[in-house]
Amino acid sequence: MNRQLNLFLTFMKIGAFTFGGGYAMIPLIQREIVEEKKWISESELMDMIAIAESTPGPIAINSATFVGHHVGGFWGAFCATLGVILPSFVIIAAISYVLRQFESLRAVKYAFMGIRAGVLALILKAFWTMARQIPKNAVSCGIAAAAFVLAALLKLNVLAVIVLCAAAGLIASLAAERRAK
Amino acid sequence: MILLQLFWTFFKIGAFTFGGGYAMLPLIQSEVAAHGWMDAAELVNFVAVSESTPGPFAVNISTFVGVRLAGIPGAICATLGVALPSFIIILIVAKCFQRFKSSAIVQGCMSGLRPAVVGLIATALLSVGQTVFFPDGIAFGTTFYVSLGAFLLSTLLAFRKLHPIWIICISAAIGVAAGYGLGL
Repeated sequence: MNRQLNLFLTFMKIGAFTFGGGYAMIPLIQREIVEEKKWISESELMDMIAIAESTPGPIAINSATFVGHHVGGFWGAFCATLGVILPSFVIIAAISYVLRQFESLRAVKYAFMGIRAGVLALILKAFWTMARQIPKNAVSCGIAAAAFVLAALLKLNVLAVIVLCAAAGLIASLAAERRAK
Repeated sequence: MILLQLFWTFFKIGAFTFGGGYAMLPLIQSEVAAHGWMDAAELVNFVAVSESTPGPFAVNISTFVGVRLAGIPGAICATLGVALPSFIIILIVAKCFQRFKSSAIVQGCMSGLRPAVVGLIATALLSVGQTVFFPDGIAFGTTFYVSLGAFLLSTLLAFRKLHPIWIICISAAIGVAAGYGLGL
């Protein structure tokens, strides 16, 4: 089979079976791309994850573009990315029409009242998980607290908050390096 | 014009998403709500829809907002916008990724971005909490107590590692039962 078509179909399968996105995709990529197709090695997968995490954009798209480029150049990247996007695109486009038909129903309104409380719990869980992963030092905790104060309390533009935090991390790590020398 | 606006707004969101998921919520809220494209409750509802359907949240929300505002052409422009920054950046990085990976500048920025994600999730927690408990200003009515009950039970289940889809189903059932049972 044509390599580009193969990439498209494989990533379409991955896109269609990843719930929750991002990290949920990694075990699927490992099985499909590393073990079955052998397109990349286990250590290249680790590189891919590191790069997907340290570049902007959703991890699913970063990973598809990276593997696609590795296997089939520009058009490989294009086909893999299109493949990973297509299932969500079709499903959500269909759902948005259905949701519009039903959202004025009383039962649906009640259901969403409960669901919003459930989503809040999921965000709390994500907060707890992420907060435990960052280093427990003054710089990290200070940046996390500053991001919250700037975005939530002072209502600074979120794009500006992200840029400021990246700059603060950079300055702090360069300063630490200089001290070490 | 709306197509261009959709493309540009989601391009910005795609270019500034780190870590994905809930850390994106404040960014989406400020960009999407600023245009009046979606209110806070609709956004939280959609988080649940996205958790229950396959695919990355960024793609799901861009398709959804795009369809609502301008049909399929809108969905294409918004989704293209959200995907394009990653696509371009990864193509560039893939060519020099050994240097990229060990770059002190990249490492330094990441050491600031990881805690920023925590701060942004806390921001999402605050704004979603307000949407859930006090949608129409501070009031301790039936809605507040029903939401509090659903939240506490969901939190307990989430920390016992129950799958998000089950938490959404259970909290939906609580909402429906309380809605009809208490005659809200």
